[in-house]
Amino acid sequence: MGMTMAEKILARASGKDQVKAGQYVTAKVDRMMCHDSFPICVIALKRIGINKFYDPDRVVVIIDHYFPAPTVAMAQAQSLSRQLAEEFGVKNHLGYAGICHQVMCEEGFVLPGNLILGTDSHTTTYGALGAASAGIGVTEMNYVLATGELWMLVPETIRFDIQGSPGPGLMSKDIVLHIAGTFGTEVAQYKAIEFLGPVATRMSLASRMTLSNMGVELGAKFAFFEADEKTIGFLKGRVDEQVQPFGPDKDASYCAIHKVDITGLEPQVSLPHNPGNTKAVSEIEDIEVAQAFLGSCTNGRMEDLEVASKILKGHKVNPKTRLLVTPASHRILLEADKAGFIQILLEAGAHITPTGCGPCPGGHMGLIAAGEACISSTNRNFKGRMGSPEAEVYLGSPATVAASAIEGRIADPRNYWQETTL
Amino acid sequence: MSGAIIRGKVWKFGDNVDTDVMAPWNSLGASWEERRKVILHNRPGFVDQIEPGDIVVAGENWGCGSSRENAPANLKELGLGAVVAESFGRIYFRNSIAIAFPNVACPGVHAAFDEGDELELELETATVKNLTKKIVLKGQPYTEDMIQIIKKGGLMNVLKERFGTSTS
Repeated sequence: MGMTMAEKILARASGKDQVKAGQYVTAKVDRMMCHDSFPICVIALKRIGINKFYDPDRVVVIIDHYFPAPTVAMAQAQSLSRQLAEEFGVKNHLGYAGICHQVMCEEGFVLPGNLILGTDSHTTTYGALGAASAGIGVTEMNYVLATGELWMLVPETIRFDIQGSPGPGLMSKDIVLHIAGTFGTEVAQYKAIEFLGPVATRMSLASRMTLSNMGVELGAKFAFFEADEKTIGFLKGRVDEQVQPFGPDKDASYCAIHKVDITGLEPQVSLPHNPGNTKAVSEIEDIEVAQAFLGSCTNGRMEDLEVASKILKGHKVNPKTRLLVTPASHRILLEADKAGFIQILLEAGAHITPTGCGPCPGGHMGLIAAGEACISSTNRNFKGRMGSPEAEVYLGSPATVAASAIEGRIADPRNYWQETTL
Repeated sequence: MSGAIIRGKVWKFGDNVDTDVMAPWNSLGASWEERRKVILHNRPGFVDQIEPGDIVVAGENWGCGSSRENAPANLKELGLGAVVAESFGRIYFRNSIAIAFPNVACPGVHAAFDEGDELELELETATVKNLTKKIVLKGQPYTEDMIQIIKKGGLMNVLKERFGTSTS
């Protein structure tokens, strides 16, 4: 019997030839990703007398949620993070390189077929490179740091076969918002997703990362793409290992196979307060936006900044709206600057922030006030997510964010951009 | 805890109640007094109305969203005895086990209860009874490993048993 990508990885990680969905295994974890909560983990371990990790070389620490530190308490915590990493022999403390998920992928800490756990729900992002990756809480991370392993349910897998011809203005974000709206945000609960089909194959790694990132918004534990020639190309120069293609067996069994035809699909917007509350942009009534936010682990990559700069070139951000741009990593900021995108965005009136999670989870660097609406390229529009509980967050693609920044209200990107990234 | 019967008065919630309304980001490092005020702020007044041991009955996808353990931890600290939902967000669900806060998935539970009904949960078998309406439902039982974690008071205690040297 063939295996899905999740089954293959969990079989290997639990030392078995074959596992099946529904089975519980104890799996060895290839990598542990910790962000700002790293000191919380380590302090809890030290309190019970555990003073070393199972394997510090598997641990990567990145500070992103509160970078740059907005308070003295956060500055202290970040200082402590460095000290504790050193004390526990963690060489890979990457400090302030960017948002953890982007950094994990671009700095070569993710390989196809890996099992990776991180203290952040959007750890599913690494599925774009063919890794089984999932978010866990700090207590479970304590367990993984100390033992190198965790109990896991081998999940069933849902296959989304993405096909059809994209219309103008379409990005991969529109597809995932469309899936959330059509199938519901619990469609893949406790399950793995495999995004397959000709459109998935055609997608850039950046576009794939957007879908895998928001896999958790569909309830998923893992959100895979096949690791193919594009993946191998992306990893070249980033990892030392010889990377092989990785995918499901042809006769793997799925709990559901959904065809997603993107022909005729319009750019999508998710209304407050759930990512599945999705409408076509042309059906959105007149919504003024006080803030347009372009960034996050969902959509802060080169491809996203390139589309936004194409749309904003020669335009000005509406005086009633503030456009904040937060690149997903420092490396991206540098590349975008070299490519001239930053200049275009600045000339249009955008504010460029340092890399980090920024206002996406409601932390800092651009929160929104009661009564304000924000069009955002992020992943969640829960009540109070980006600031006041009386504010409203609308989710859209980077193209929709850029067009909306120009018009000061939620706008159709096709008014400015007839291309597609798909 | 294992084999224990949990009984309490029911408070009902709908689908997709997310981690961010259980533990808003800007409350995460705050004092208990400050944190308590905003727990489930989508339902103003809730935190002042409940009594220790009360039980939440929820729809689909309770705890969807973030990996923050503060979400189930806040509910536990508030004194809730358990959550019985149609289904859970998976990270929330794992976190609730890790901190030994009983959360049981039970399809059909939302329709079987009105607010204020008396719920009885037999944890080991995931038997859910509506004592007010005399309805018995079968939830999805924990595995033996999960029951052990809950019985020991959470995953940190399991870790302490396995590796730890001190309890300071």
